[in-house]
Order: sequence, then structure tokens, then C-alpha cells
Amino acid sequence: MNRLLTASLEWVDARFPLTKMWDEHLAKYYAPKNFNFWYYFGSIALLVLVLQIISGIFLAMSYKPDATLAFGSVEYIMRDVNYGWLIRYLHSTGASFFFIAVYLHMFRALLYGSYRQPRELVWIIGMLIYLALMAESFLGYLLPWGQMSYWGAQVIISLFSAIPWVGEDLAVWIRGDYVVSDVTLNRFFAYHVVSMPIILLALVVVHILALHHTGIGSNNPDGIEIKKNKDPNTGIPLDGIPFHPYYTVKDIFGFGIFLIIFALVMFYAPEMWGYFLEGNNFFPADPLKTPTHIAPLWYFTPFYAILRAIPDKLLGVIAMGASIVVWFLLPWLDRSPVKSIRYKGWIYKFALLLFSVSFIGLGILGMWPAEPLYTKIARVFTFVYFAFFLLMPFYSVWDKTKPLPQRVTY
Amino acid sequence: MKRLILVLTLLLPTIVFASGEVKLQQANINITDKAALQAGAKLFVNYCMGCHSANYVRFERMGNDLGLTKEELQENLMFTAEKVGEMMNIGMKGTDSVNWFGVVPPDLSVIARARGVDWLYTYLLSFYLDPARPLGVNNLVFKDVGMPHVLWDRQGWQKPVYEQVMDAQGNTHEVIAHLELVDKEKMTEQEYQEKVNNYRQDVRNLVSFLDYIGEPAKLQRQKLGWKVILFLIIFSIVAYLLKHEYWRDVH
Amino acid sequence: MSTNSTAEGMTEGIDDKGRRRFLIAATTVVGAVGVGFTAVPFILSMQPSAKTQAAGAPVEVDISKIEPGQRLTVEWRGKPIWIVRRTQENLQELESLNDLLRDPNSEEAAQQPQYAQNATRSIKHDYLVVIGICTHLGCSPSYVKKDDPQAASLREGWKGGFFCPCHGSFFDLAGRVYQGVPAPLNLVVPPYTYLSETKIVVGIDHKEGAA
Repeated sequence: MNRLLTASLEWVDARFPLTKMWDEHLAKYYAPKNFNFWYYFGSIALLVLVLQIISGIFLAMSYKPDATLAFGSVEYIMRDVNYGWLIRYLHSTGASFFFIAVYLHMFRALLYGSYRQPRELVWIIGMLIYLALMAESFLGYLLPWGQMSYWGAQVIISLFSAIPWVGEDLAVWIRGDYVVSDVTLNRFFAYHVVSMPIILLALVVVHILALHHTGIGSNNPDGIEIKKNKDPNTGIPLDGIPFHPYYTVKDIFGFGIFLIIFALVMFYAPEMWGYFLEGNNFFPADPLKTPTHIAPLWYFTPFYAILRAIPDKLLGVIAMGASIVVWFLLPWLDRSPVKSIRYKGWIYKFALLLFSVSFIGLGILGMWPAEPLYTKIARVFTFVYFAFFLLMPFYSVWDKTKPLPQRVTY
Repeated sequence: MKRLILVLTLLLPTIVFASGEVKLQQANINITDKAALQAGAKLFVNYCMGCHSANYVRFERMGNDLGLTKEELQENLMFTAEKVGEMMNIGMKGTDSVNWFGVVPPDLSVIARARGVDWLYTYLLSFYLDPARPLGVNNLVFKDVGMPHVLWDRQGWQKPVYEQVMDAQGNTHEVIAHLELVDKEKMTEQEYQEKVNNYRQDVRNLVSFLDYIGEPAKLQRQKLGWKVILFLIIFSIVAYLLKHEYWRDVH
Repeated sequence: MSTNSTAEGMTEGIDDKGRRRFLIAATTVVGAVGVGFTAVPFILSMQPSAKTQAAGAPVEVDISKIEPGQRLTVEWRGKPIWIVRRTQENLQELESLNDLLRDPNSEEAAQQPQYAQNATRSIKHDYLVVIGICTHLGCSPSYVKKDDPQAASLREGWKGGFFCPCHGSFFDLAGRVYQGVPAPLNLVVPPYTYLSETKIVVGIDHKEGAA
């Protein structure tokens, strides 16, 4: 039996680099041994991606991308299809958990400087994944064809009309109609189930390939390069351990804990009090009546709050776009001699705290109606948000850092 | 900082839901109470289905979930539908209803998910006589609603009781303090309380039923959920032991 | 917090190996059970939904208007159901065909309910109720009467019945398949029963002694 397996593997290896790939990415990929809690979320995001794809395929079997049928077909899935409710909740809960995992994954990068040289491309590809994910969830959110789906799409697509000269025509082109309609729904379905998943998967593969590229490898909570200290005989980093089995077993445990929390929400609070599934979205889309208060889903609200904080349509859209673009520049904005927050001084710690409060604050304000007081607070938060990034070249240099250790602390 | 994030997240729901105009009363329903659901179903087909459909609800599924036999279902709840496999549709045309009420009465399949049970409960308790309205009634929760008070024979008519309120500028306004039954004087205190409580129970049953049809899978998912979670806990324990075993190398 | 241990060069006792192997097996088994259970709802979701089942509910058919020799087609679960009122002549001829058929006595149990496992493959001999789908590859055969000039041209001496145009299979007026044609089995008799003399319902099994 064993001999047969070895022979088969040899046969495959002669024709496809199976063992080579296994070694490169798992068995002989040496990751720093001091990963902490924050390092679970990359693999968890990957798990959610798989869950979303599987549940999505099964939803697409019963969903109908037609303005007259879409709302009913979702209810059909929820009631008539065997376990359709489970598959649908898996998908709707998964959408929010995807963002939770990705935001924590990104926050990890802010903590430990994972975006710094030589991982700039890993970071940029990661940001592209984040953008693709936002597009994917926005497209998918139209499909249930409820009031929030409809008016959310109407508002977001109208942002494009702020672009001078071509804006209006561009918005019409995106919708394929003068308002969001059956045509829009039909094409959003095509993007959501075909284009975006392909792009997302491709970007994820590239993200991991870039990380595993020779000479790069994973960062760690100390922000020092483990490849600088190699065993002279084996060439293996002294502070590295093979990803498989050490981090595979660790991540499997992480999956277990994550899935417990996921199942708690999915089975006992799938609506999450309106944060994951909104009450207003149980009214079928009505192009003649806007709900009194519309807000995007929670993971978009920080950017939505920035948009609303600026009292000019074009400038608001520019500010919102800029608030995402600045993330891409992070590797060049941070000029601190150290990567990790562990060895940075109080200025960065304070800046990150202010930024986190502003980001969450904007997220909360983005859910609320735009009242004058809230708008003022949102402006302060928006200022802090941009200051965190744009002043980083200065304060990261002024900041007093601690000396780096030779080896990772564990 | 973690603590700050935690506090902010905990505050979130309370802040968001503090902003409502009329204070909603708690429906306190229990959708595992089959008797309440059955009573609610009867009210629904007798009072609501004259104008409102529940197009996504299949009689057969509803009967099964409520513990009704096919015969009970057909005799008590199905008036126009022939087969138990049919949906809870109604015959009224949209154009007719626009002529009568000015709007098309909404389908009620998912109304409990859209409005929330407390809103529905309070709404059904809050009809009052208002001669200014075409149908003679208004509603505290849904101002100038086009719906007549169909449950009036169970509740009786209510009239508003006003009070004077002074605003920040020192002007007094007359606002509705609460509603009470028109016939209150004709009843003893005990009769009055009984009448009010009976109607509240009716509304609670009806709202239970609306909550059930909003998500028939709710009963199923709550039954399945803890088994899944228990399994995941066992899996996590085994996975932890495995992780612990391997990581002894590193520690 | 030591900084000098690595995974390499660690010595493992025999106990360690055994424990590891056990824990790997345990995690794999529990994980596989989990994946297995997760697959169940997905697989079941592809079964007919409540809507499909409701659309496939039993169908009532009034048979009082069918003239002798005439065929009525109704739909049940999306399939054509034929109800043919056979003439006395048709019924008498059935037995004479036995030698030409693959399964004259309807011995294949899956092709008809027990109450239709008889010489005429029916509850009441006048009325044949079959699913009009060829047992070869699922085409719907055409009904050819004995006196139809087509009958003789299709097959010499054919006494009429059903002919599948897709691959040339022949069935008699009890839905029994002829020898030497591609179709392997007799046409399927669906579950049905009589509600009254003139009303049958397709999709519900006949109970002995009823109607």
C-alpha cells in the first residue's frame, strides 16, 4: 500500500510539481514561531472565502436574477428549498464575518508593520483583495432586491455621476438604465457570481505567492526578519518553524473557535439586530419610495460617513476615494526604523489609538442619520483619519523607538 | 485600547435604537407556543386575509409546523384555496384596493421581519377614532395609515386622551397622552381590564403567527444550532489537544 | 519565553509518536464527520423543494368524457399521463400478443403498482393509465390506433398501441414492450386510484376494496 502511494506520487511529481508545491507553501515554508492571536485571521478569511463560494453556488441554483422574481426567490430559498435557510444564512452571515476577518487581518498589519519593505506588494495585493471584496459584497447586496438593496445600489452608483463630464453617462452605463432596474440586477448577478469570484480567487493566490516568495516570508509580532538568522548548516531560519504541521494544526484549532462564534450568530442571531440583515430589506424594492433612513451595511459605514462629512458632492466622492487610496501608500508613509508597535514609541501608539477610534466612530456615525452634530463629529474623525496616514512620514521619524532584539521574543 | 473598542461596540445597539418616535411596547411572544400560533392563524385568516396576502407561505408547511392535521387545516384556515400545497394568496386585485384604501395592502409574509414584532404589537393596539380621517381612525405608530381598524369588534373603539405639554420655547401643545376605550365608563374596572387583556392576548397571538410566517425556519434553526455548536466545541477540544501536542516541540 | 528552541533536531519519544498519531486520527475523524454532516444540507437542498412537491401533488381527472378508443393526456409531476379507454376488441387482443412481448405478465415489479400487475395492467380493465415516457431514453411515444393506416406501415400486423419515434420502440395497448426494440421495459403505470366511477386521481395509491 505504502509502496503504491509512493509510486503514484512519483508518477504525479514527474508530471506536476505536487511535492514541490506542498514543500514550498506548507511543509518547508518556514514561518516565524512567535505568531500570536492576530495571525489567525488570514487563514480564517480563506476559510470564509471557501464557505462563501460553496454556499453561493447552491444559492445560485434557486435564485432568480429578475426584478419581478428575485425577492420571491430568496423567500423561496428560505422556505421551500430543503435547508435553503441554512445555506442562505451561511452566505449572509459569511459576508459580514468575511469583513470582520479581513479588518482584523488588516489591523494586524498596522500593529506589526507587515506592509513594510520587502512586503509592499503583499500589502498592495491585499488592498486589492479588500477592494474586490467590497465590490463583491456591494454587488451581492442588490440581489435580494429589497428596499435597502435597491436604494443602496442607487446611491452608490450615483456616486459615479459626481465625476465631471462623463459621470452621468458612466452611471447610466453601469446601470444599463436610467435608474437601478431589472437590467442592473441581471448584470450585477453576472458580476457577483462569475467575474468577482474569479478576480478574488486570483488575487488571493497572488497574495500568498508574493508572501511565500523566496526572501520574503511572513512578518511577525517583533517585526524583525527571521531570514537574517539562519542555521549555517541547513539554511533554515533559526526562529522559523515549518508551516505544516505547526501552523496548520494551530489554524485548524482557530477554525474551530471561529466556527463556534460563526454558528452562534448564524443559528441564533442571523439578522444580528439589523447589522447583518436589515429589517428594511424585507420590504420588496420599490423604485417610487425611498426608506426614510438608508445606510450601507456596517462594513462600508466608515467610508460612507467620510462621504457625508464633506459638504460637496464631488469633493465628498474624492475624499471617500482618497480614504481608501491612502491605505495603498502605507508602505512609503511609514518611515519608522522599526516595524512592530512593540518597538515603536508612544507617538505611533497614540496615533493608532486615535485612528482606531476615528475609524470605528466613523463606522457608527455612518449608520446614523446625518444630523448637524453628527456631521461635525464625523468631520473631526475624518480629519484624524487622514492625519494618521498623511502625517505618518513625520511622526514616524520623530517617534522614539526601542532597540530591536536579535531574535524573535517568544 | 481593546477595552475601548469593546465598550464602543457594546454601546452601539443602545445608541442606534434610542431614536424612535413612539415608544414601542414589548410583544413578549413565544413562537414555540403552538396554541398561540394556532389562535393567531385563525385571526389572520379571518381578519387580515380579506385584504392582505401571505404569498410566500404554503398552507401545508404552516399546518405542519403548527401541529394541525390536513383536515383541521382545510376546515379552519382554508376558505378559498383548494389544495394544501397552495400559497396563502388572496383574490383581491391591486386596483380594487387602491380605490378603497388608496394603497395596495402589503403582503404580510415577511412583515414581522421588516417591522419587528414590537412594532406590530404596538401598532395593532394603537388605533383610535379620528374623524378627520376618511376611514374614521388613525394610528399612533403609523400616522394617517390607510388601514381600517379591522379588529375593532375584538378591541372596541379607542379615543385619545390629551395632555398639555410645554416645549422649550414655553408654548404649550396638546399631545396624545394615551388611548382608552370609548366605552370605559360603561364598564366596571374589572370588566375593562379583562377586555383590554383579552385584546392584548389576541394581538400577541396574531403577532406570534406573523413572526412565525416571517421565518418558518426559525424553529428549525434554533433546534439545530446547539447541536452544531456542541459538535464544534468537541472538534475544537480535539484540535486544541493536537495543536498543544505539536507545539510542545516549539515551547 | 525562551528564544533558542526550534522544531529541528528535537527528539521524540515513542510515546510522543503514538500520542501524535492518535490525535491526528481523532482530529481527522471528527473533522471528517463534521464535513460529512455539513454536506448533508447541501445535498438535500438539491432534492425537490416544497414548491416542486406541491406542483407534483396528486391530480384528479374526470374520465367520463373519454370515448372508447380515445386517449386523454394529463400532467403529473411534469410528466404526461395517458388515460386510454380501451375497446372490448382491444382488450381481447391483448392476450394474443403475449408471445411477441418481452414481459407479457408484467413481472418487473417496478414498472407498475401491485394492483396493476395483471393481464390488462389496470384497475378497471377499460381504462389504461400509464406514464407516457418511453423506457428507453425518455422520449414520449405517440398513440397509434389499430385502424390508423400508419399502424400497418410501421410494423407488419401491428394491432396498434404506442410507437416511440426517437428510436422505434413499440408498445401494445397495455403499455407492454415488444421484443426486438431498444426499449427494455414496459411503460410505467403510475400510482392511481378511483375516487368514483368517473373520477380517478393520479399520484395516490389504490387501496384494495376501495371504489
